[in-house]
Amino acid sequence: MLELRAVNAGYGTFQALFDVNLDVKAGEAVGVIGPNGAGKTTLMRVISGLIRPSRGSIRMEGTDVVATPPHKIVSLGIAHVPENRRLFPQLSVDDNLKMGAFMKEARSHYADRLEVVFDLFPRLKERRHQMAGTMSGGEQQMCAIGRALMSNPKLLLLDEPSAGLAPVVVQQVFELVKRIRASGLTVLIVEQNVQQVLKVVDRAYLIEAGTIRASGTSAEMLASDTVKEAYLGV
Amino acid sequence: MQAFLDIFDIYLLEAVINGILLGGVLALLALGLNLIFGVIDVTWICYAELVMIGMYAMYFMVQYYGVSYFVAAPLTILLVAILGAALHYLVIAPLLTAPPINQLLATGGVLFVLQSFATVAFGIDFRNLGIRLPVLALGDMNFSYARLLSFLAALVGMVAVYLFMTRTFTGTAIRAISQDRQIMALMGVDTKRIYLITSAIGGGLAGLAACLLVLQYDVHPFVGLSFGPITFLICVLGGLGNFIGGFIAAFVFAEIISLGGLFSDLEWGYVLAFAFFIVMMFIRPAGLLARRR
Repeated sequence: MLELRAVNAGYGTFQALFDVNLDVKAGEAVGVIGPNGAGKTTLMRVISGLIRPSRGSIRMEGTDVVATPPHKIVSLGIAHVPENRRLFPQLSVDDNLKMGAFMKEARSHYADRLEVVFDLFPRLKERRHQMAGTMSGGEQQMCAIGRALMSNPKLLLLDEPSAGLAPVVVQQVFELVKRIRASGLTVLIVEQNVQQVLKVVDRAYLIEAGTIRASGTSAEMLASDTVKEAYLGV
Repeated sequence: MQAFLDIFDIYLLEAVINGILLGGVLALLALGLNLIFGVIDVTWICYAELVMIGMYAMYFMVQYYGVSYFVAAPLTILLVAILGAALHYLVIAPLLTAPPINQLLATGGVLFVLQSFATVAFGIDFRNLGIRLPVLALGDMNFSYARLLSFLAALVGMVAVYLFMTRTFTGTAIRAISQDRQIMALMGVDTKRIYLITSAIGGGLAGLAACLLVLQYDVHPFVGLSFGPITFLICVLGGLGNFIGGFIAAFVFAEIISLGGLFSDLEWGYVLAFAFFIVMMFIRPAGLLARRR
């Protein structure tokens, strides 16, 4: 479904990604793990078009993502839940979700999608008129994921969904990811919480200093010495 | 003594109501300027000059070509809306990332260009529509129909903008954009297009204000100076970019002008309003309703 080949990207003179190759097949859940500053967020941003790669190709179901204007990439079926959620704090939950359905293709299904999202997050329905910025971290994460689901995506990019949340809420977020997976959505998830994320994904990539160091199934990654030593503390 | 008080109260009430009527049009002007500032983060110094162009458009269509007022009005709104979009496209868009002072200077330059253009093209004569609307007498109070109509039309315009901003996808995007510009692309929003639409709405509001002001005031190339500065003061008093603050500030200013004019000359009402503004800037520099950031 998603195919990255020799992708290089960065900010100004700083290069954050070096020749990254990555594949996500339809129906899969794929994790990207690695330390702070390894380029995980840059990887997400380059896929959703927030930054452009300096070299390399990105294809979504055969369509050239790099040649697509950033605001049209969501129409290819890629929805990005950014790091730190990035809700519109002074808009209501309803309005935030509405923004998720902004693109033309999604507007006609707005009511149906709203029902799907409220089914998944009954909490959001209770809070629909509340300003998004006044909700708890966990609720805001629900709203951010809900907003991304409003566009009826094929591929969901989740950037550190558990960051800054209380341990109990982190559990809930990973439960959610499982449920989203079960609904047939393809997921690419970036996480620092390696142990947790390897439980919900099929495969994972280990990225360090902008380079893919290792990849494999969750079981292989859990068994890998590099991953064990560096991230699992055993 | 009693008789004096009775009459006095009627005049006071008349002044209060006239203040409210004036406030409606001022609120309309402030809304347009606030919209541009709140969404694009740019101040159109030349906002009142767009109104001036709109007033000339009304004058020429109605007086010169004999078009009916109600046909000329939507055409004028459309014309000034296009002018607003053109201003954004030609002047603001290239300067979006420039320092604010450059943006101010550029729109200030447009102000002088429009004034000079009007002087050269239309001359410095004071012109009016020649439409005389009757006066509504309520007991001992007199209200001009021009003011009543302007107030109602301004209210309708503001309600229309409110509904657009809260009910439509584009309106919601306009409200969202100032809160997080970078991620708008993730929502599938083309920020350039939203800016252009916002500028057209801002221009359209200036056009509507032109249609209303031309009923009460003569047109000349410097007419923008009569309400440009006060519009800015209203926006600053309400908190730049704060729609509700601007709305309230417009009525506060209008009442000060109207009541000040009751106790003395109309000019003193303006002096009072400006003095009030200066005092308020010491007390609440961020505006009546300071904008949360």
